Amino acid sequence: MGKKLVIEPITRIEGHAKVTIHIDDEGNVEKSYFHVNQFRGFEKFCEGRLYFEMPQITQRICGICPVSHHLASAKACDEIIGVEIPKTAKMLRELMHMGQFIQSHSLHFFHLASPDLLLGFDADPAIRNVFGIINKKPELALMAVKLRKFGQEIIEILGRKKIHPIFAVPGGVNGALSIKGRDKILGEVDYIIKSIKKAIEIIKDWIGSNKELVENFASFKSGYMGLVKDGALEIYDGDVRLVDKEGNILEEFNGSDYLNYVAEHVEDWTYLKFPYYKKMGYPEGCYRVGPLGRMNVCEKISTPLANEELKKFKVINNGKPVEASIYYHYTRLIEDLYAAEKTKELLEDPDILSKDIRAESDKITGEGVGVIEAPRGTLFHHYKTDENGVIKRVNLIVATGHNNWAMSKSVDMVAKQFISGKEISEGLLNRVEAAIRCYDPCLSCSTHALGQMPLYIEIHSSNGEIIDVIKRDLK
Amino acid sequence: MTKIKIATEWLESCAGCHMSLLDIDERILELLKYVEITSSPLTDLKHPPEEGVDVGILSGGIGNSDQEKKAKEMRKKCKILVALGDCAVFGGICNLRNFFPKEEVLNRGFVETESTSKGKIPKSEVLGELTDQVSGVNKVVKVDVYIPGCPPSADSIYYALTELVNGRIPVLEGDLLHYD
Ligand code: SF4
Repeated sequence: MGKKLVIEPITRIEGHAKVTIHIDDEGNVEKSYFHVNQFRGFEKFCEGRLYFEMPQITQRICGICPVSHHLASAKACDEIIGVEIPKTAKMLRELMHMGQFIQSHSLHFFHLASPDLLLGFDADPAIRNVFGIINKKPELALMAVKLRKFGQEIIEILGRKKIHPIFAVPGGVNGALSIKGRDKILGEVDYIIKSIKKAIEIIKDWIGSNKELVENFASFKSGYMGLVKDGALEIYDGDVRLVDKEGNILEEFNGSDYLNYVAEHVEDWTYLKFPYYKKMGYPEGCYRVGPLGRMNVCEKISTPLANEELKKFKVINNGKPVEASIYYHYTRLIEDLYAAEKTKELLEDPDILSKDIRAESDKITGEGVGVIEAPRGTLFHHYKTDENGVIKRVNLIVATGHNNWAMSKSVDMVAKQFISGKEISEGLLNRVEAAIRCYDPCLSCSTHALGQMPLYIEIHSSNGEIIDVIKRDLK
Repeated sequence: MTKIKIATEWLESCAGCHMSLLDIDERILELLKYVEITSSPLTDLKHPPEEGVDVGILSGGIGNSDQEKKAKEMRKKCKILVALGDCAVFGGICNLRNFFPKEEVLNRGFVETESTSKGKIPKSEVLGELTDQVSGVNKVVKVDVYIPGCPPSADSIYYALTELVNGRIPVLEGDLLHYD
């Protein structure tokens, strides 16, 4: 009799998810599912609020990347009041966004992903976590703490709080940067750049000594999406570029036109929708976003050290898109490096201290779209208001959502590769979770629409009955 | 000194409260001398250990049936239950959903939204069902310690944890006590 494995909850990811793996009579994996089990309803409950409240409300979608929502929302609000924001306001928003990338990417690599890589997929689950890293590699852990702290402090210096800051407003930002604040960040940035370079060496060494696993771990063809400006990586403001599986450009469009290019598919078994490229349909038009997606769509990076690293990355598949999911970890750190270099560049420009930080307007245009690259991928906020600025309609397509198809596919591939019904070890199940971790999903984000996501493995019989649930409690 | 055991879980939340816990930065090294973290979204233990823990920490409110179950499981397994953050304390931002019937909320999310094509409301035995109203965790379990804030600051969390390590029930005052 066939069976169904359930892994729940999936740990070391943001939010709640579970995986079900259906196994046939011969003990082979038939099909696996990645279920997202949370929905909160932001798209509905923002109706009736005033537009300028949105940057504060919507950042509560996610506590790991609140700044991305805060800024995407503010950009949508800029359009609602029909203004271009002053140069310094844009620079300050970008600076906060760099802080967000540094804290989020560093957090993911060290706190969430590295236990699999540095302690091993099969390590004792009781210590296979960041606290285990602290015990085993205290120096590295301290570096990780400092990286995250640096990013969080940039956010706090600008927005008074590390999480859910109060900073971006329609038309600009609500406070200038002080000389003291600038000097504090500048004083630390070189150490941060050095630390990220070390982290890049760690992941490259790991990839080098696990070549075979890396190349065969959730590696598949797909399209890719990300923002670019003149072909270069862009995370605050640019055009959306979509490439096909060979890396050919399919589209390059202004984010405000997203409805012409992106649509979303719904399945019964998950609260997370599946975005796809409209002209190709579902699932052919599915693509990947986030660090790997962005590195596969851009041709260059505007800062020197990250650009050097990008050139090395492009060699991996001779200039074609790199397909194996583990490369997410490498590309995440290349972006971490870009964000640190860009922080320095922004702070060395004297305009960063200007007090011209807000554009005034007494207009209400009634509609705005804000698009930004969140750490996990392209993020769309789209609002419609009445003539008084009261929100009537909200549509959100969130970074992690774009990767839903890819995560489901990765889970299925890795389950088929490593699991057979006879003997299933905890470490093998952990590999299934590790496939999801590559994408650094943010499930609170992706299910802004309602709820919560635990991850589990159930064993189902071929007629659908649950005959076993695998839990990984130690005792 | 034996370490006190802690388990944590997030419910209807944004993860910000757990992130604020990490924002104690270097102090985490000090804390780990007195504290053992068992199950948590940040570790690979999926459920609190059978023999229970000293302190259970819940962030996020109650918004679906799975979260209700998780809150009850935590209550059963811990001696002191902490509600961390505005969502856990009174429902927080998620309370905004209470102004709308849940059918309308689901419909907007999965059917009406402009980018959704041929939408339907997901329905499956593997998915938790939305509660009619979102609430703080004390609607379903007894809470011993409340730490408000969206999120509570790292200093508030560190203070509360050190009090608990020393066998005292934390009382937040001054800057450490704030709602957002
Ligand atoms: S209280 Fe705030 S930070 Fe904490 S889970 Fe709720 S929204 Fe997130």
